[in-house]
Order: sequence, then C-alpha cells, then structure tokens
Amino acid sequence: MSTSDSAVLPRSGGMGWLKGQLRNIAPFATLLVLVALFSIASPSFATLDNVANIARQVSVTAIIAVGLTFVILCAEIDLSVASVANAVGIMVAFFTLQDESVNIANIPLPGFAAILLALLGSLALGAVTAFGVTVIGIPSFIMTLAMLQIGAGICAMLVRGQIAYNVPAPIEMLGSGSIGPVPWIVVVAVLVLALGHVVLSYTRFGRYVYMVGGNREAAEYSGVNVKLVLAAVLIISAVCSGIAGMLGVAHFGSAQQDEFDNYLLDAISAVVVGGTSLFGGQGGIGNTVVGLLVLGVLNNGLDHVRIDSFLKILIRGLILLLALVINVYAQRLRAQA
Amino acid sequence: MQRGAPLLELRGISKSFGGVTALSGVDFTLEAGEIHGLVGENGAGKSTLMKIIAGVHTSFEGEMRIAGEAVRHRSARSARDAGIGMVHQELSVVPELSVAENVMLGVQPVNRLGLVDWPGMMRRARALLAELGINVDPRVPIGSLPLGMQQLVEIARVLSSGARIVILDEPTSALSPPEVEVLFGLLRRVRDSGRSIVFISHFLEDVLAICDRITCFRNGRLIETAPVPAIDKSWIITRMIGAGHEELEQGYTGEIRLDSKPGAPVVLACEAASGPGFREVSLEARAGEVLGIYGSMGAGQLDLARALFGRTALSGGRLSLDGRPLALRSTSAARKAGIAFVPESRRSMLFAQEPVYRNVSISILDRISRLWVKPAVEREIAQRHVEALGIRPPSVHRRLGTLSGGNQQKVALAKWLTHLPRVLVLSEPTRGMDVGAKEEVVRIVRALREQGIAVLVVSTEPETVLSLADRILVMKRGQVCEEFAGGTVSKDRLLAAA
Repeated sequence: MSTSDSAVLPRSGGMGWLKGQLRNIAPFATLLVLVALFSIASPSFATLDNVANIARQVSVTAIIAVGLTFVILCAEIDLSVASVANAVGIMVAFFTLQDESVNIANIPLPGFAAILLALLGSLALGAVTAFGVTVIGIPSFIMTLAMLQIGAGICAMLVRGQIAYNVPAPIEMLGSGSIGPVPWIVVVAVLVLALGHVVLSYTRFGRYVYMVGGNREAAEYSGVNVKLVLAAVLIISAVCSGIAGMLGVAHFGSAQQDEFDNYLLDAISAVVVGGTSLFGGQGGIGNTVVGLLVLGVLNNGLDHVRIDSFLKILIRGLILLLALVINVYAQRLRAQA
Repeated sequence: MQRGAPLLELRGISKSFGGVTALSGVDFTLEAGEIHGLVGENGAGKSTLMKIIAGVHTSFEGEMRIAGEAVRHRSARSARDAGIGMVHQELSVVPELSVAENVMLGVQPVNRLGLVDWPGMMRRARALLAELGINVDPRVPIGSLPLGMQQLVEIARVLSSGARIVILDEPTSALSPPEVEVLFGLLRRVRDSGRSIVFISHFLEDVLAICDRITCFRNGRLIETAPVPAIDKSWIITRMIGAGHEELEQGYTGEIRLDSKPGAPVVLACEAASGPGFREVSLEARAGEVLGIYGSMGAGQLDLARALFGRTALSGGRLSLDGRPLALRSTSAARKAGIAFVPESRRSMLFAQEPVYRNVSISILDRISRLWVKPAVEREIAQRHVEALGIRPPSVHRRLGTLSGGNQQKVALAKWLTHLPRVLVLSEPTRGMDVGAKEEVVRIVRALREQGIAVLVVSTEPETVLSLADRILVMKRGQVCEEFAGGTVSKDRLLAAA
C-alpha cells in the first residue's frame, strides 16, 4: 500500500502537499491564532460559559451555511439565504395564534400544520430559484438577488410592520430551549452540519456536487444531469435557510422584518473563510465548521476586549478580504502543485 | 520600394518548436496583385508560415522582405504596421457593435475633443464598404448579420487598417455556396486594386476557383508552387500527401480495404437530423461496425457528434435507437440510453483535481451505488482499467492533472468501458498522440467493435478515420456528401470528397 500512497503526492513531495492543503490549513491556523490572542487579552474569553456562548451565537448561521456550502461547491451563489430565512420564520409565526395585542391578520393553525406549511414555503421558494437558474438560465447571482427581494416582500406583506411573538411549541423548544446545559439550537446546528457532511462525503449526490463544481462541462460530458444537481443544491439551500429562519425567530423571541439582515454576509463569510473554493469543487462542511468558529470567535472575542464597536465592523470586513485572498491563492497554488 | 521586387519574399525560413521542426528551408514569394492559395494537411506548416508573416512567431531562421526591403517583425503589431493583416477562421468581430464600429475598430476617427467622431466614422465606413462592393447598412449590429457578411466586414476592417497583404485562414469553411461567390467577388476586387491575398483552405475546389497560384506544403516543406490554369485537384492531392516511399511509415497512401458490415443490425439511426452546424444528416450506426465521419475543420461532424450525445438539441429530424424513437433532452438521457461520448478536448471530459478513480467512476456511479458511494468498489474497477489500458503511472489515487496527455485520454475512454454502451461516439480520438498511443487507441476501438458496440469515429484527420473505420461518411458544410462502404478507399479519394 505504501507505494500507491506515496504516488498520491505530487513529485514536489511535502511542499507540494502543503501547497495543495493551504485552503484547509490557513483557516485552521487563523482560528488557533485568534483563540490564542483573545485568551491572552481577556480572562473571560477562554471559559466554558463563553464556549457555549460562541456555539449558540453561530448556530443560526451554521444551519444557513450548510445549504450555502452545497451551492458554493457547485460554483454558484445564493444571495437569498437570509431573506428566505426571514420569510419562512415569519410564515411559521403567521400560522400561529398570536396575542390580542399583535395586530396581524394571521391564520392560526395547529403547530404541526404551521411548521409543515413554513417548510413547504421554503421548498417553494427554493424551487422558484432552481427553476429560474436551471430552466430559464438566469445566473444564480441575479436570480437569488431577485429572490432576496421577493423574500423581503413576503416578510413585509405578512407582518405589515408589526411584530409577532408566538411560534409553535416544538419550534419554541428547539429555538430557545435547552437539553440539560446544551441549548437545543446548538444540537440542531450540529445535526444539520453532520447531515450535510455525510451527504457531501458519502453519497452519490454529494459526489455529483463536487464533480459539477470541479468541471461542469466534464460532468455534462460524463452524462451527469447537471441541471438536476444545481436545482437540488438551490432547494437544499432554501430549506436550510427555512429551518434556520424558524429556529431563529424562536431564538430571538420575535418575528419581524429585516431581523436576519446580517446573516447573508455571515453565512457567505463562514463558507469562504473556511476555505471552500469560490470556483467550486473544493472544500466541504469541515471547512465551513472552521469558518463558523473563526467568525464566532472573532465576533465574540472582539466583545471581550472592549474594542470600538464601529472598528469591529471594519475588522470583520478585513478578515473577509484576507480569506478571499487566501482562497484565490490556494486555488492557484493547487493548480500548480 | 524597389521596382520589380515581389510584394513579399521569404528566403530559407525554418522554425522549430522544442526540437520538433515545423518549417524547414521555405522560400516563398507573393506577388503584388495576386491571390495565392496555400494547401497542405494539418501540421504541414502553412499556419506556422503565416504566423511568421503576421508577426505572431518572431523567432525563426531566414529572412523576410516586403517590397524588397528586409523586415523583421517584433510583434503582430509591427507586422500590421508593415501592411499585413490576417483574418482567422474564428472571426474576431465584436457582435454587439455596429458594422461601422467593427470596420473602424482601433482606428476610430476622433474630433478635436478626443471623442469619437460618429458622423465621420459612419462616412468612412460607408465609403470603404461601398468601394469593396459590400452592400450592408453600417449602423446595424454586426452580430445580427449572417456569418458570411460578418466575414466580409472583417476583411474590410483589415483593409481599412492599411493592409497590403491579407491572409485568410479557411475563409469558406462556414459559408454557403452563394456566400462563397460574394466573397470571391470581393477578393477579386481587392486583388485588382493591387493588394495581395494569401488564401489558406482545405477546400480544393475553392482554392482552384479563386487563386492565381497555388503552393503545396508537406511535412514542413514547400513542395511546389504552380499557376492555377496548369494544375488540377489530383495534382494538388499528390503533392499534399506525397507519393513514393517517404510517406510509407505513415501508411494510408494506398488503397485501404473497408470491412463494412451492411447486414449488421442498425443500433443508432439518424434521419434528416439538423442542428447547430449541420443539416439534414442521415446515418445508420451498426452493431460491431466502426463508422468514420470525416470532414475538414468546420464541416459539422464535431457538432453532429455533440448532438448525438444530447449536448445540443436537434432543430429537425429524428433519432432512433434499436428502432425505437429517441429524444435526447440531456447528456444524462443519452448516457442512460446507452450512448457514450468522448469529446475532442480532454479538458472538457476530465476532472483534473480529482483522483483517477473518481474520473473513471463518474459515469457509472448510478450503477454501482444507489445512495452511498462505494470508494472501494470504484477503486477496484478503476484499477482493472488502469491495468488493462496500461495507464502510467498505475495508481488510481493519483490526481488526474498529473498524468500525461495520452494517459489522460485513456482515462477518458476508461470511463465508458465498465458498462459497455450500445453506441460509442469518439471525437478526434487520436489528436495530438504519438504513434504508439495511436496504435493503442486502434487496438481498444477494435476490441470494442468485436463486442458488438456501434462505434462512431468523428475526425478532421483523414488518418484517424482511415485507421479506424469500417465505413466512412464524408461531411462538407454541414451535410453528408459522400459515403465509402465496402471495397476500398484511399486518402486522396477521401480528401477529394471533402
């Protein structure tokens, strides 16, 4: 076995392997450096409580990022994730009985029906995106930009500037309850991440995702149904966003317009900072997990070191820029290795 | 300008690429006011010579004189400034811009403010087009015009930049007969104005119809130049492919027996099929027979091959497989129906970043796994093919991009060999291969034929088709123009038909 193992490595040996792995090593090194920095700078950072905080803070982003990882692996993009999350979160509240004080013409239904309808809603939004991209042929960048606006429109129509508070009991529990010391939303995020990883790494569909992202023309010429794969990843992305939206509404304690606005950038950042290639075909959920932790540690750590909150925004932008530079370089180095 | 000197004179031109000689000792003259045809097979050296003239290749041996003065181009730009223009087979027009803007591309007149002088540009474009007898409104976007007209405009553009020598590479390959006539009219007017044209083409009838003199190339040498009224098609073909023993090692100069099987069952039939690049093509691929489709570049056989795999849709006609009608909405539908395809470019078939075994397994993934992938099974299947096809190095884990071109081509073939297809379409299967690798492809294709697969070999190289096919269709301008079945065929008859 040793001969075939060594044959995996290019001729340049260790260096070549390192170059090929840059996209995996760089984010992990970033994570370690950030953790070390914040641990030294603040005694309250490296505590068990704070680890739980970080996990809770990235959970909603994590669920969205799983779907987005599928899309980006196919060398497409979904800009509608946060908007779809918001819309589906509002849908589930819309189908739940609200207090007298909430002035929304909603349609109260039993809890399971509300959840089912909201899930179907996310499926339908994903299907519309998939139809636009694969059948009509609109670039995903533009199609999901339109869907972003449509999602915002649905939010606006359903709540009309009001705020809803009640969601079905199971959603309430998963979004804001805990199982022992562990918040349910963290459990759900871990499960969704695990499921995404299993699908991408061990199923035939997952292989198709990587192949379509790696060389779409070659996938086409190998008889892979490329359009079907693209449609599937866009629907997966919408459903993940929908789940994140429902749990997020319970997590925040309210359903209103524009409450997920930060999550588009966060989810894209998590996937890309983690090292999944924007050109498709390289990366995975493992990378996304590292990316989520980098973002979570950064956001949380900056709070602990009492930094100017306006500077915080700039720092996030710079970190994202750095990740993009590494992403593009890693692609180039790997092509050479 | 020296009186009596030819417009362009080349002496002792030699050029090699990394030890491979592309041109050796070529003497070539182009007189003022002539249309000079260049013929020769792919790789005979005519494009290399034209790229030297046009300043694309700047390092070469020998000397070049324009109107008696020695010149040495430093770049394509300095060649252009010396009055040499080239129109490539792939047109370089900007489809969204108007005809006038395309004609004046790079030489737009500007007014005192440095802005484009639109009325002036329209006026000059209109005058130039009228002078050349091109009847087109300079205001319409060029992309909306038929290809033949776009080509005329591109020639006008080259002339507007002051070219005295215009090199045309395969100008008639995509044109219909009436368009060819219009083009010829334009070329004659350009010639009569004292400018010269180099006309490179595989279409010998066209070369004979328009050129004043013709030069034949073979294996990097200029074989002979002769005035047109004195020569005919067979004269050219003899000089293109050479006679006597020097070409014997390449074979295919003599008669080749075709092992056609007219009685074998028809697997894939194509009835009056039209699509992008071809029209009203009818053919029948039979079990256990290799059907070769030959045509020069742009004749439509490569487009036909893509359509047979569902990559592009048919605009007319019918397909049937085993007598049942076949609608190919996608490549995956074609694959499931039992049609396999290896495209001419390896890059569009393979995943350079993925290991060999994933490249092999991609097209059979749905047969070996339902939900879960089974890497162990994939590796075992790939290992079998790696050994059977002699892929080097013999490791299924190696990243595909690190393999040599010939070995990559074998991997591309291997992906269709696990579950044998009913029909295998090979586009340019031996392009860029050395003799040894070509022989292996022949061996593999023969083995597949023996197993009853209907094989289609589509190529622009006559040798490829001759070495593999049992029956040959020749395509020209998108249509099948001749069939060779049974009996024998030779390379000169094949070239004469195309």
